[in-house]
Amino acid sequence: MTGFIVRRILSSILVVILTSMFVFVLFFKGLGDSPAVNYCEKLGPGKCTTAKLDSIKHQMGFDRSLASNYATWAKGIFVGRQNVYVDGKVYDCPAPCLGISIMTGNTVTHDLKQKYPATMTLALGAATMYLTLGVLLGALAAKWRGTSADRLLVGSSLIVSSIPYYLVALLAWIYLSLQLKIFPETGYYPISQNPIKTIQWMMLPWLVLGLYSCTSYARFTRGQMAETLSEDYIRTAQAKGVRNNKVLFKHALRAAIVPVITIFGLDFATLLAGTIFTERIFSIDGIGNWGLTALSTPIDINVVSATVLVSAVLVVVANLLVDILYSFIDPRVSIA
Amino acid sequence: MAAPANPEDPFLVVEDLTVKFPTHDGLVQAVTDLSFTVERGKTLGIVGESGSGKSVSSMAVLGLHDPKHTRLSGSIRVDGQEIIGASEDRMRKIRGNSVAMIFQDALTALHPFYTIGDQISEGYRIHHRVSKADAKKRAIEMLDRVGIPQANRRVDDYPHQFSGGMRQRAMIAMALVNDPQLLLADEPTTALDVTVQAQILDLLQDLQREFNSAVIIITHDLGVVAELADSTMVMYGGRAVEYGATREILTHPEMPYTWGLLGSIPDVSTDSEARLVPIPGNPPSLLNPPSGCSFHPRCPHVDKVPGDLCRTTLPDLVPGDRGDNHVKRCHLANPGEIYAEEVLPEIAPDLIDPETGEMIPELAAVDPDEV
Repeated sequence: MTGFIVRRILSSILVVILTSMFVFVLFFKGLGDSPAVNYCEKLGPGKCTTAKLDSIKHQMGFDRSLASNYATWAKGIFVGRQNVYVDGKVYDCPAPCLGISIMTGNTVTHDLKQKYPATMTLALGAATMYLTLGVLLGALAAKWRGTSADRLLVGSSLIVSSIPYYLVALLAWIYLSLQLKIFPETGYYPISQNPIKTIQWMMLPWLVLGLYSCTSYARFTRGQMAETLSEDYIRTAQAKGVRNNKVLFKHALRAAIVPVITIFGLDFATLLAGTIFTERIFSIDGIGNWGLTALSTPIDINVVSATVLVSAVLVVVANLLVDILYSFIDPRVSIA
Repeated sequence: MAAPANPEDPFLVVEDLTVKFPTHDGLVQAVTDLSFTVERGKTLGIVGESGSGKSVSSMAVLGLHDPKHTRLSGSIRVDGQEIIGASEDRMRKIRGNSVAMIFQDALTALHPFYTIGDQISEGYRIHHRVSKADAKKRAIEMLDRVGIPQANRRVDDYPHQFSGGMRQRAMIAMALVNDPQLLLADEPTTALDVTVQAQILDLLQDLQREFNSAVIIITHDLGVVAELADSTMVMYGGRAVEYGATREILTHPEMPYTWGLLGSIPDVSTDSEARLVPIPGNPPSLLNPPSGCSFHPRCPHVDKVPGDLCRTTLPDLVPGDRGDNHVKRCHLANPGEIYAEEVLPEIAPDLIDPETGEMIPELAAVDPDEV
């Protein structure tokens, strides 16, 4: 058990390191020395001499190798960096240092700390909603399979799934927030200051992301349940005199939930992608919105790589947790 | 309300049971006009190949068929109470309580995610108001009773941690936890190897003696029937084709399908020249059953019946040459002679006295417990 967890953690760390390398290399190579040129040109006409540009390039490290730049960046995460040069100014960047944001002039870590509560609140709330609702609807559809209630559930979930998510979110915002004012304010209100207001402001984003995503979980759960209900041990439970609802929600759901949880781990990246749209449309000041803003010119490369890195870590952690959880929910899986 | 049960009556009475399943292709007639009885302390063996209706009829006794997809008619009385048409609530009180079932493959019939102990005590707590701790004690007691060593430790194991034979024992413990008066065992030993099979059958016999319960054992193995059953019913194409005391059925079978079953038992105990004679052809379609006797397309003795009777007319289940307690569904006028002269020499030459050409009755399969 411990051995398995250690092995999985080590391989997860490897995945994160590789991701950080890819992200760093791709953006560093892709942008070339354009950040230096951008800043130099901002200095005004005539002021960007070749010597000045070379000096900026030197300060920003463009005259050093790719590997050396990556090493500086990676080392900064653990020990911090001093004298980080950004657009003519020099900053101090304590560990864990992910660089300086061009947009704000703060350390990326500082901004990240401000942005992540909104994203976590959104993701956790929506995930709780779509998991419970999806599994419940799926179980009920399986119970009623073949009836019109089942067809209605599956049909409507298919219709919802075939509309692009951003369209659903945008329409929900236009009608429910802007026009009907059922949810007059959306966004993230710091949970530490006023949790009631947090819930009021987040309700529509939760509902939209939760209801949209629950459709695929409902269909998946229904399929799993239908399969489980034809298992021999379901007949055994009936032969023991177990009540129908208990057969359904205890015996059948217990077995059907295992693959659903696996899918949830794999699907975690989709949830994060969903939060980007959701944050943008409902003006939630979270990581997704932040990363999206950082992509406008000039690209705030440190913020972009930080958001990608954070997403990668979250996906890896989610998968790790699901793997460990798996050994608890399926006794046949022994991880020694 | 059901009439009060007469203790003289058999515990289970099935009369004219017919089970039909409507499907997209038409009506599947899985069981037709089936009647049998089982008394307390007695064992009925139901024998037949896959699709002969043996499992379907036992499921009907527990009311386990989905009423939306099944049409049931006839009468099933458990201890005087009518089962067909009974409410779900009343059926639930019977299931696992006075009537319990042992299923074929214990690996798939036990829930993989719950411990053996949880599954046994769940069955107990449904029908008894006891605490979880008491139910667990009962589960340990039952596991001990069916011969699981270190039952108090194994009670927390999951089914996959048990061997095949132990799983079947646990399954039996689960079925017996409420001291059922009728036990339906659906191929309880089919998934096991022979030595374990024998242990499980012995266990079933011991427990039956202890509880004086009625047992129905469903099997395709005449060896199991010979060892356990007091009476035997042979089923073919959803109908009973031969029914009587087990010894009668095994020594004086009067229906060619039973002959076929006897001929297809491999016998390794003797170095006889007996050949393993399979029954030619395939089980009949229940969607479009053959006309007349449903066994006629596979029956090698059709031409011994005058006219086209086998193809046109379904024979009744009537007493043959051996008295009222041995009924068969066959047009053959002299089955005893045909069996002794044509069938037996081929399937069991060592049972024939070489001097007289007569069958030696003492050598025929005999259940020592048979009255």
